[in-house]
Amino acid sequence: MSVIPSTALEIAAAVRSGELSAREVLDGHLARIDAQDGEINAFNLVMIDEARAAAAAVDAQVAAGEDPGPLAGVPLALKDNLCTRGIPTTCSSRILEGWRPPYDATVVQRVNAAGAVSIGKTNLDEFAMGSSTENSAFGPTRNPRDTSRVPGGSSGGSAAAVAAGFAPLSLGSDTGGSIRQPAALCGVVGVKPTYGMVSRYGLIAFASSLDQIGPFSTTVADSALLLEAIAGHDGRDSTSINAPVPSLLESLGQGVDGLRVGLVTELMGEGIAPDVAARVRQAADALTAAGAQIGEVSVPAAAYGLSAYYLIAPAEASSNLARYDGVRYGMRVDAPTTAEMNAATRTAGFGDEVKRRIMLGTYALSAGYYDAYYGKALKVRTLIVRDFEKAYADFDLLLTPTSPTTAFKFGDKTADPLSMYLNDICTIPTNLAGHPAMSVPFGGGSDGMPVGVQLLAPALGESTMFRAAAVLEAAAPALDEVWS
Amino acid sequence: MSARLTRDNVAKVADLARLNLSEAELERYTEQLGAVLDHAEDVASLDLDGVPPTAHPLPLVNVLRDDVVVEGVDREEVLSQAPSVEDRRFRVPAILGEEP
Repeated sequence: MSVIPSTALEIAAAVRSGELSAREVLDGHLARIDAQDGEINAFNLVMIDEARAAAAAVDAQVAAGEDPGPLAGVPLALKDNLCTRGIPTTCSSRILEGWRPPYDATVVQRVNAAGAVSIGKTNLDEFAMGSSTENSAFGPTRNPRDTSRVPGGSSGGSAAAVAAGFAPLSLGSDTGGSIRQPAALCGVVGVKPTYGMVSRYGLIAFASSLDQIGPFSTTVADSALLLEAIAGHDGRDSTSINAPVPSLLESLGQGVDGLRVGLVTELMGEGIAPDVAARVRQAADALTAAGAQIGEVSVPAAAYGLSAYYLIAPAEASSNLARYDGVRYGMRVDAPTTAEMNAATRTAGFGDEVKRRIMLGTYALSAGYYDAYYGKALKVRTLIVRDFEKAYADFDLLLTPTSPTTAFKFGDKTADPLSMYLNDICTIPTNLAGHPAMSVPFGGGSDGMPVGVQLLAPALGESTMFRAAAVLEAAAPALDEVWS
Repeated sequence: MSARLTRDNVAKVADLARLNLSEAELERYTEQLGAVLDHAEDVASLDLDGVPPTAHPLPLVNVLRDDVVVEGVDREEVLSQAPSVEDRRFRVPAILGEEP
């Protein structure tokens, strides 16, 4: 067998030119999954038969002189909250175990149409609620860089699949950092696009005003490639932005000369591990060396982001998850009346964290507390949007850590939900504002685990964000370089 | 504010959310949710009079499309995934005549 390249761009080029077959590429990745996923547990389901059929179809197109598309023959892993027609989609929850959706998510249709080979469904914190993938009903995913540590979450399976070389590309969803934080902890690239840039049709809803789908990859260019393939208007998602998709791959070589980049003061001090903050400063220096102007900027309302998020997201979740009532799909626990059946089903089907968030959201929305909690949180959201507007009057991009620490050990934060929630402190503000942000690996922490630095941009500022990401990628210290 | 979150509050919320919680769960959730609400005090105690709420990041307006018939999802395929079906409809236990 020929040597299979590690990036999606190289694989697609080799498959399109006939140098490599999609079948060879798939076999190589399936062999790696077979050998290592028993330990990593990135996948809830490996779609062997479907993937073989898709690879054969790509090879037939190449043989017939047709172009399978920009993702030709590239194995791609799907977070298991993306609907795949006829293929189990669980959200890593007992309540959806065995459910086979009657339709494909728009992003699934788009990657398949671009020639990608969907290789499996990846593990997540149940209904995407968590920061460690420890809340999965099907057992945690392990961090491929150190299997005693969490991969982050909620898209921990998608991040681990890319970090372990099971697939060069994967898709995740990001409601408060669920793509960027696991990307940082596993040492890969992860992007949360502008709210509305990627259709959520077929993404099982968690918090609808925050959820967004985005790519994972080992390189910045591969994330650009995948985001270009999935972005764009979709009439089946009423929040989908009807605007041209920015050309991201083209922007990669443009550098950062003259760009103004702000270091967010509130996210560089208390609560951020010193080794992580040091890498962020080193990343700022790398941008300076490439011609950017670095300054400090204050986004005061970001300090309230965590509290606002943990009122807004559970409130929306409590409403979205009301649909799991044992009537139309998934699990049912029988009882004499429908009301008792609803409660018995939800009690047996949901895990601890999902129940906690439903309770929190129901409380925040309930009579007597609505104004004090949910109402206030929505106003804080306005303050965050305004503070970002002010920051972007002076800066083109912002730079922060992605996660306050490197990957932590299993069980470290499960007993205290608030300590787990604090993982999202750097990622949440962008979700509340609807802006794009991405995590780029930038060396290791004092424990030798990967550190991710986060680039933030105003709405639809992806092209500028990717330019800076490419510069950081080229300047990033090696993971094993001694931390100083 | 969260100092006022009681076990009875949590029991009432569980009932509203259609969740049956054990005694041990009620106790644990009272403590854990209390801690999260304590943290949320920073927001709850802000004076935000005059600040408009933001429910959504996009300036949303009604999204309309032409009234063209398109194929929906397949009825049999949908029903095949339901826990209980009768006469091509979802079947549920008794609703009428329940105790309130």
